[in-house]
Amino acid sequence: MNIEKLKSAHKLLNEYKYELGKIEKGYTNRTLYINVGDNTIKEKPVTQLMKDKFIGGKGFGLYYLWHAVTPETKWNDSENEIVIGSGPIGGITQYPGAGKSLVCSLSPLTGMAMDSNVGGYFGPLLKFSGFDALELQGKAEKDVIIFIDGNKGTITIEEAPEEAIDSHILGEQLTEMYAENEEDKRNISVVSAGSAANHAYMGLLNFTFYDVRRKQIRLKQAGRGGIGTVFRDKKIKAVVIRFAGVKGNLNNADDQGKINRTGIKLHKEIHDFDAQQCRMRQVGTANIIEVMDQYDLLPTHNYKFGAHPDTYKISSKVFTGMITQNTPDGCWYGCSLSCAKAVDHFELKTGPYKGQKVIVDGPEYENAAGLGSNCGIFDPHAVLELNFYCDTYAIDTISYGTMTAFVMECYENGLINKEITGGLELNFGNAEASLEMLHQMARGEGFGKLAGLGVRNLKKIFAEQYGADPVFLNDIGMEQKGLEFSEYMPKESLAQQGGYGLTNKGPQHDEAWLIFMDMVNNQIPTFEDKAEALHYFPMFRTWFGLNGLCKLPWNDIIPASNKHSDEPAKIPEHVQNYVELFNGVTGKNIDKEQLIIQSERVYNFQRIFNIRMGYGKRIHDAIPYRAMGPVTVEEYLSRAERYDGQLKELVGFNPEGKSTEEKMAALRAYREDQYQMLTDAVYKRRGWTMDGVPTIEHLQSIGMDLPEVIEVVKKHL
Amino acid sequence: MKVLKRKPELCIACHACESACSNTWFKEDNADKSCIKIKEEAKGNVIISCTQCGECISVCPIEAITRDKNGIVRINKSACVGCFICVGFCPELAMFMHDDYIEPFKCVACGQCAKQCPTQAIYIEQE
Repeated sequence: MNIEKLKSAHKLLNEYKYELGKIEKGYTNRTLYINVGDNTIKEKPVTQLMKDKFIGGKGFGLYYLWHAVTPETKWNDSENEIVIGSGPIGGITQYPGAGKSLVCSLSPLTGMAMDSNVGGYFGPLLKFSGFDALELQGKAEKDVIIFIDGNKGTITIEEAPEEAIDSHILGEQLTEMYAENEEDKRNISVVSAGSAANHAYMGLLNFTFYDVRRKQIRLKQAGRGGIGTVFRDKKIKAVVIRFAGVKGNLNNADDQGKINRTGIKLHKEIHDFDAQQCRMRQVGTANIIEVMDQYDLLPTHNYKFGAHPDTYKISSKVFTGMITQNTPDGCWYGCSLSCAKAVDHFELKTGPYKGQKVIVDGPEYENAAGLGSNCGIFDPHAVLELNFYCDTYAIDTISYGTMTAFVMECYENGLINKEITGGLELNFGNAEASLEMLHQMARGEGFGKLAGLGVRNLKKIFAEQYGADPVFLNDIGMEQKGLEFSEYMPKESLAQQGGYGLTNKGPQHDEAWLIFMDMVNNQIPTFEDKAEALHYFPMFRTWFGLNGLCKLPWNDIIPASNKHSDEPAKIPEHVQNYVELFNGVTGKNIDKEQLIIQSERVYNFQRIFNIRMGYGKRIHDAIPYRAMGPVTVEEYLSRAERYDGQLKELVGFNPEGKSTEEKMAALRAYREDQYQMLTDAVYKRRGWTMDGVPTIEHLQSIGMDLPEVIEVVKKHL
Repeated sequence: MKVLKRKPELCIACHACESACSNTWFKEDNADKSCIKIKEEAKGNVIISCTQCGECISVCPIEAITRDKNGIVRINKSACVGCFICVGFCPELAMFMHDDYIEPFKCVACGQCAKQCPTQAIYIEQE
């Protein structure tokens, strides 16, 4: 790696000097705006309104994005922005999971505002460098790198023609280039995409942190919704930040002691209970692979089934044996939950880096389920190889897994054939074909390039160009709002169908994951109970994204107090921890109810943003039937006893003597009706009309009645 | 390696060790700033202090905790980012935090406390 040569090819387009700021109670009170089209660099003040109504992180991202675009703006218009920011709590080092960056942009997949959260050091270092958020707008002519030096107070935009595009190489090159020495590498974080983001709509952003023990960079992903594709469309190769001097008190919190004590309390819980509970430190999110299978919730074969006899081949035990590390890793300082895992010296068998030994950041649960079981691939090496290439090429593993599963089902059903796939035999279980499709995506060639457009576009292409039945495609294509479903089987949980369907950005489990509450623990039996859960949990979880926090330390570690609490699913002690953290940093005095209202404002703002872009109504909250029940005879028969029983007990339909088709039709009518009734109950609870539009009265009651918001809503009431 | 050893059955809870420690390291007589703590419990006095086991070395995200050539586990305060994982993960509960500081503190077996102990309930031993 000849760094000097790479650097000497840079051409400086603009340099900007700024006064180093000071953080006051979690805010720098300033954001950074960069336009790579005309090389503008400027500072913007954070207004009191922004702090009061939008808090930070995803709130600031959505606010800036709203004002940057019009209802006509498309993802690849130059006015589309990528906004990256942490949040007032972000960057504290004492409480696990406090280093998240939130990224917002108009999505190539959905056409609406997308938000994605990601670890790595960028968000906190951006704040310590003096900015609560970074807006990226415009399109460069040639590939550029933006470099922010948070110690010197300089920002440069540099044409950068020679560096790699793929993140595992680019991240190392830029860390080497911009760090002053080995010791300084920990102070660098790189945001980058990869070669597949040049072609596919499901491109992601990698955020690095420097692993001081491995002496190599690690990659964390802002995966969902194609923001990496926007990044590459802007011809941004990377954004690099450098800030030396991280300490535990840089947020200048109102009450540092309160934060320290709250953090130590959780560290102790994790020390005492994690090994018996979720094993996050040992195996990370992959701990639930076999648990999901056991409860018939692990998507296999494009969500046809929830379990498979071969799951043991990709169980957490298998991955535990492959994960290599000297110590549990966190993606920001102070994360003792440490779910970041890696496989070192992993020898690649395919693709441009074949034969090389690399670090695979993973496996995460979503990757094992999406790249593995959902595609019928139960080969752990293949899962890790797909995981590695998705990351470095900048492809969202969730969208890729769900899209590939869809394409495989289409292939097995003869809706597409070898001629269309260019020879790829996309049967379930064919890892080689999946890998080749991914490499094609990175090269921008063949069927892989097409597949990168995502399930929604593929449904249209398969129907219009290849004569596939659009009704069947819509039933089995697991996307909603244009975004591919994440990797939980919602078929048997009405609440989780709502958790996926009644979301702002599309079917992602970060809003509500209610499967266990609903199906295993039976805690939310009625529509009203489900609606309450589909109000509370999305609002509560939204709050993490306003503050630069990770969700996992909320309920992937359970305090001893929980068994005596009246609402165990909420983990009341941990909710109170978050109240303490917010008050400790900002000096405000909120309680747990006000915490929810902070989220409600932004949540409703995002809903109305969707409406403003031409979406966000009831019709857009519909989900494919595969998410609700058995689409095919094969699926029905595989769980015939369950479905027959439900017909008798719930539907009042006697299955005896009926054909499978008749039974399927009766079950479908019932389940689709249930989803509509749930939608009614949730809209009512959220203060929306039956068309899914927030009412003016509700917006006034939560304090989100900004004139520009009311103006949009008025047209739809 | 030098380690502070404990014989709690000899401890009379005079707390002289805490005063000696906080005076040595923080120039004030404040038990909350002592690297040794005496807890008076119903079943007897408990002496909390570092055994130099090194668990904290492996949980530090930034390698700010190391073992020196004499075997003493030490915190590099300029590198420390104040996450306090070491405090929550110490098996002896002997890594401490005080609101006045953003870094933790611990016993480095200097022996000042042992010199003040009237009953030899604590003493320095070479392992």
